[in-house]
Amino acid sequence: MDAQEIKTAVAEILARHSNGEAKLVPILLAVQEHFGYLPPEAVQQVGEHLRMSPGQIYSVASFYTHFKLKPIGRRHITVCRGTACHIRGAPQVLEEITKVIGINEGETAKDMEFSLETVACIGCCALAPALKINEQVHGNISPRETRTLFSALKKGEKNAR
Amino acid sequence: MPAKTILVCQGTGCISGGAAQIEPALAAEISRHSLQDKLQIKHTGCHGFCQRGPLVVIEPEGTFYTHVTPADIPEIVAGLKNNAPPVARLLYYDDLLARPIPSFHNIPFYYKQNRIVLRNCGFINPESIDDYLSVGGYHGLQQALQMQPAEVVDEVKKSGLRGLGGAGFPVGQKWEAAARAPGKEKYVICNGDEGDPGAFQDRSVLEGDPHSVLEGMIIAAYATGAEKGYAYVRQEYPLAVQRLQVAITQARERGFLGKNILGSRLNFDVEIFQGAGAFVCGESTALVLSIEGKRGFPKPMPRPRTTEVGLWGKPTLLNNVKTYANIPLILKNGWRWLAYKGTANSKGTAVFSLTGKVVNSGLIEVEMGTRLREIIYDIGGGIPGGRTFKAVQTGGPSGGCLPAELLDMPVDFDSLTGAGSMMGSGGMVVMDQDTCMVDVARYFLDFTQRESCGQCVPCRVGTKQMYDILDRITRGRGKKGDIELLEELGQSIKETSICALGQSAPNPVLSTIRYFRDEYEAHIQEGYCPAGVCRECL
Repeated sequence: MDAQEIKTAVAEILARHSNGEAKLVPILLAVQEHFGYLPPEAVQQVGEHLRMSPGQIYSVASFYTHFKLKPIGRRHITVCRGTACHIRGAPQVLEEITKVIGINEGETAKDMEFSLETVACIGCCALAPALKINEQVHGNISPRETRTLFSALKKGEKNAR
Repeated sequence: MPAKTILVCQGTGCISGGAAQIEPALAAEISRHSLQDKLQIKHTGCHGFCQRGPLVVIEPEGTFYTHVTPADIPEIVAGLKNNAPPVARLLYYDDLLARPIPSFHNIPFYYKQNRIVLRNCGFINPESIDDYLSVGGYHGLQQALQMQPAEVVDEVKKSGLRGLGGAGFPVGQKWEAAARAPGKEKYVICNGDEGDPGAFQDRSVLEGDPHSVLEGMIIAAYATGAEKGYAYVRQEYPLAVQRLQVAITQARERGFLGKNILGSRLNFDVEIFQGAGAFVCGESTALVLSIEGKRGFPKPMPRPRTTEVGLWGKPTLLNNVKTYANIPLILKNGWRWLAYKGTANSKGTAVFSLTGKVVNSGLIEVEMGTRLREIIYDIGGGIPGGRTFKAVQTGGPSGGCLPAELLDMPVDFDSLTGAGSMMGSGGMVVMDQDTCMVDVARYFLDFTQRESCGQCVPCRVGTKQMYDILDRITRGRGKKGDIELLEELGQSIKETSICALGQSAPNPVLSTIRYFRDEYEAHIQEGYCPAGVCRECL
């Protein structure tokens, strides 16, 4: 994505939100939804619009775990570490994913295929342990099923190339 | 054949199990049999028994089908057409009775409950205001508008309702303070920033019955004199945001939001604000700063209450999703209706996300004062796999783990706090013999040390210190004196942190030491984990 494209996209987002500091979080959410993260150029542009320095914006963005400052992979894996998930085997599920796709929690694969992170709770506690791949929830998943699922995804990724 | 309504649950739980494919399959099958006049499909919010999803309920009998797939649809529809008995293999199977139970009215998971907040969840289409109106929706608002604002406050006050976000502050008292606060510009905020791990009841109410929450907020606006409201919902709950947005649009179209609501002098509108993933923003002052576009730092005491100085410095009333959902009924039925439910000091009901090592998990609601045993064994069906109950955790990272000796304790705000736990936002996680209590304590401290906003030293440094000690113990490297050190640290963090996050963060540790000290000692003295969880202690 080149600089001009970013500029146009951010301008559209800004046009949708009225002025004022209070709109910062909704604007950043919209920027992240569009790009998958907060590109520095976009932060600069949002700052100019809201009359805030990039530093002020980063101070807010870094406070909220949802905001990403680096691009994420095409498949964004979020493993729930909620209480019910924890006691029903989420640590083992996470371990399997790490083994199969070869990246640790908080990392993105070099080929940008996968990002792996854990979140406090996705609210699917009755389906524990649960994980999400992009918006798709996988509930009641055992370590073995996890291995099968991610091996297949990994294989599909190779075949796609 | 008689006419029937087929309810298809479209809560997050059932959708993740494939519920989105059920409705089109049903529609196709119904039209194949030309039964459109007889069978009406209705998609609903969460029915509560998420673990058995996707759920399909057939009214008026209440035939309750679990784990339904599109492949089951032809059989279900053909059965209805031929007045055949229900499809046995899809029914809930009761292990104790050793037979399937056809109607949800007869399943202990449901009939032991007392659903007020969840009254409409799973029964009405959350995206249809007409459905909500058909079950008496917005009657509470009409009732309120015929009273003086002060009378509305009084009604809520007399009902004895306490805040269901966790702390249990008397709701009427808060409303009175907001109503009395001087100034024309005021705000009403709904707190749906349900960040506790292990809790999903706010999400389910917003997904399943958004109008009841809106109606509660509109009544609150009338009572306090606010003209603008915000519904603060976690970004992680896209479906709740979407359904609430639909509800807001419909309420505006029908004149329940906007100028001169229902011909009265009340002007009020609601906007959704999405959180961006910070547990501490559930704290009122932090939540308000978050809407203002700032870091969500709780304000230290002493400080004016949010009801006096809140959003943009104006008086602000902030209540939880479930608290607002109670309000329409209090106005419609009168304060006595709620005051007669519950215990002396905790009125009404409590909603829990019952999960963990329990046979039936899902969303439940019981009268305050119900015993833990009834919740876990009658509604929850006990512990699966012939294992033994060890503890029940309530209140999430602010609460504690209660042992078997306390199973006969009534569940209400004060009993839970007295036992070293908390009502909190309503997570209830059951643990069995295979759960290590030291690991659970370590788990919660890992959570709080990540979520600490970092503003005050006791919480920022203290929770990390506690986590490090717990981590060491679970790795078999605990030292003599660690337990006492944890107790001392916990006590000082509780006393000196500036907000409820820090003040309650040590609870999971202190309660597990109080009730399960022997497990700590086994790890420290023998390098042995009795539950077999801690790998370096086997």
